[in-house]
Amino acid sequence: MIPKPLPTVLISLATLTLISGCGKKMTNVERGMSDRELYVGIGTEPAALDPQITTGLTEYSVMLAFFEGLTTLNAETMAIEPGVAKSWEISADGLRYTMYFDPEARWSNGDRVTPQDFIFSFERILTPLLGAPYAYMLYSIRGAEAFHKGQLKDFSQVGLHTPNGTTLIIELNAPTPYLLNLMTHNTWWPVHPPTILRNGKIFDRISQWTKPKEFVGNGPYQLNRWRLNNGIHGVRNPHYRKANEVKLNGIHFLPIEPQAEERAFRTNHLHLTSTVPVHRIDWYREHQPERIHFDTALGVYYYMLNTKRMPLNDLRVRKALAYSINREQITEHILKAGQKPAYHFTPPNTGGYTTTTRLPYDPELARKLLADAGFPDGKDFPKFELLYNTSESHRTLAVAIQQMWKTELNIEVELHNQEWKAYLSTREAGDFDILRAAWFGDYDDPNTFLSLGETENGNNHTNWGNPEYDTLIEKAAFTQGSKARKQLFQKAEDILIEEMPVIPIYFYVTSRLIHPSVKGWYPNILDIHPYQSVDLISN
Amino acid sequence: MLTFIARRLLQAIPTLWVVATATFILLRLAPGGPFDDEKPVAPEIKKQIETHYGLNHSLHIQYFQFFGNLLKGDLGPSYKYSGWEVQEIIAQTFPVSLELGIWAFLVSLIVGIPIGIIAAIRHNKPSETILMATAMVGICLPSFVIGPILLLLFSLQLEWFNPIGWNYPGDRVLPIMTLGLLYAAYIARLARGGMLDVLKHDYVRTARAKGLKESLVVYRHALRTALYPVVAYTGPAAAGLISGSFVVETIFFIPGLGPFFVNAALNRDYTMVMGTVLFYAILIILLNLMVDLIQMWMNPRTRHD
Repeated sequence: MIPKPLPTVLISLATLTLISGCGKKMTNVERGMSDRELYVGIGTEPAALDPQITTGLTEYSVMLAFFEGLTTLNAETMAIEPGVAKSWEISADGLRYTMYFDPEARWSNGDRVTPQDFIFSFERILTPLLGAPYAYMLYSIRGAEAFHKGQLKDFSQVGLHTPNGTTLIIELNAPTPYLLNLMTHNTWWPVHPPTILRNGKIFDRISQWTKPKEFVGNGPYQLNRWRLNNGIHGVRNPHYRKANEVKLNGIHFLPIEPQAEERAFRTNHLHLTSTVPVHRIDWYREHQPERIHFDTALGVYYYMLNTKRMPLNDLRVRKALAYSINREQITEHILKAGQKPAYHFTPPNTGGYTTTTRLPYDPELARKLLADAGFPDGKDFPKFELLYNTSESHRTLAVAIQQMWKTELNIEVELHNQEWKAYLSTREAGDFDILRAAWFGDYDDPNTFLSLGETENGNNHTNWGNPEYDTLIEKAAFTQGSKARKQLFQKAEDILIEEMPVIPIYFYVTSRLIHPSVKGWYPNILDIHPYQSVDLISN
Repeated sequence: MLTFIARRLLQAIPTLWVVATATFILLRLAPGGPFDDEKPVAPEIKKQIETHYGLNHSLHIQYFQFFGNLLKGDLGPSYKYSGWEVQEIIAQTFPVSLELGIWAFLVSLIVGIPIGIIAAIRHNKPSETILMATAMVGICLPSFVIGPILLLLFSLQLEWFNPIGWNYPGDRVLPIMTLGLLYAAYIARLARGGMLDVLKHDYVRTARAKGLKESLVVYRHALRTALYPVVAYTGPAAAGLISGSFVVETIFFIPGLGPFFVNAALNRDYTMVMGTVLFYAILIILLNLMVDLIQMWMNPRTRHD
């Protein structure tokens, strides 16, 4: 009477399930141990692997395996170490850098890495047609800016030359104290000229050269496989100048989103994750504290104020808003990953600089300032908006701050969210009252943070500007001697916090799950982890 | 039959043109552009990049250029993933979505149809209530709930399957179940409805009156007609299944097309959006045509036009 297919189907499905389940026995961690390969979660698919056109941290962390600059960073101390250049000389006036090439420096196809390769690479990134977003990182080279802006047509006029094929001379516009640090940035890395030219013209953005079958790099690893949303696989580059110091045979970069990444880690399918979902932090702290790691990051989360708009054009109002935010509560109870409350703009110990400026948490003073501005107990305070890009974490934070302002100052702020690109376009148009923003340093120097406050800076959407501030930042860029520079930055930071066009909220940390077998992965502020020092040791 | 197919394919051309044009206009109306970023690039550099991709021309020229390239079979380069052509991305990721979709489709039919039929036969009995309630729960639970629950149970607790990837046969099971069971629930409801309807028909009563066995009545006489609504639904269902599920592919880290489709819109990756939208449109048109042909084969009355 009753049709029989259902039980049959269920039984066969169950059998299928069990049989196929048997296919899996080895985890990636086990496989990694036997093959000596690392499995790294990177969160999202990299936009490209061309060091001259990428801008993101994800891309950097992958390309670090495949490229190497003139200088490199020590994995543990972040001190400058030789890279393609085995040594260098800096002229007394700081305007001329002579880089002596390591004769062992090789491309992954065995070619020598030459000064001409670097000159070609710098020409490529500075060619206006390429449209390299970060070409300005090379502007300290004499003539580079003029060439990039099309005012100079002849690249041989740019301050780069090689007298003998083993030495690269770089001439600068002005002393750039952090130049050796800049050289570790991907914009200063070389690309292989024959490979670029085989796949198009020097200025071609759209090129096949980063595909595995074409790719030539000079890093400790060589690109072997790249499948979208499936993974990037690098294998040991036999021609690397210190090939015998590279510990592992290969690296798998897996672009898994954070929730799935955590599940993969829990089941031993990843050695390292790109982050830890907030709701899992407490669990790891309690059960596997040795696997969860937090490092200070070179980044600040802040609110940008539109100082042209009522009532934010009043300094007292800006201060009242800033002083009434309980940052400790935010970092301890909402963010939880060990973020530091930000009472100033530049993260502590950026390039050895920690400011003494500190804005207070003082609701009493905030109320007084607000009253002075004409809004006693928040009375008649006009409605204003807080805009953030759509994200659960930004919303949580905005709600908390909305509540703090309500409780402490008795003022109402409306929360608005926009999807990422819409948010960027609103920000660009300056059509906001308060806007959530973040900044990550491109290199370990206060300049990367404080230059944001310059009147003409493309990222300063606050309508705030201060000529004295601009002069200080400009001066710091050309000042030799770290003490004098730090004083200039200190003065600038004083001005920024006194005039409050931005409200710093917290300093970022990176949180990461690390399998105990991973060795040679050191915490550092830039979150840069040279792969040649990473090793796998079974416990 | 051939004229029918030819006519339908010809009709598809204006449909595709409308889809492409509407997408083109909507994309340009959305705020923000493909090269806006957290750290905005200098205006002159942005202009260079836009020149690279032909965005410096006025809109109508861009529009005609797009169609010109389309006729040459060129969807253009992705703006977000520089170095990748749109057709290259589709070619690399679609086969994965297709495989996932076909399996999920089979699961949804194999599970959905019998459940629906049993429920119809046991109409007004407790087993019908239980089956249909289960199906209702299946419909109501979105894949981003079912997926993690299956993962929690079969991957994290029982450790039968890998939680991520698409590398081993076992990796297929959980995503296929997640996607397939959802559609199975819909199909069960449709099959039940169809069967209940048919069982009331005179010809079924005649069959029963002849003294035929109930199973013969159900399978030989009623089933074919009862499945019309299911077949009508398989077109859109198949399109939905094989075009790649953003949610399932993201949860299980499957290298399919789904995430690219959704993220392309978020990234304002114009060429990628145009490419994937057109690709899906063609897919849906072809699948609907296929369903119509199957229906014509099943039901002679629909063969007239």
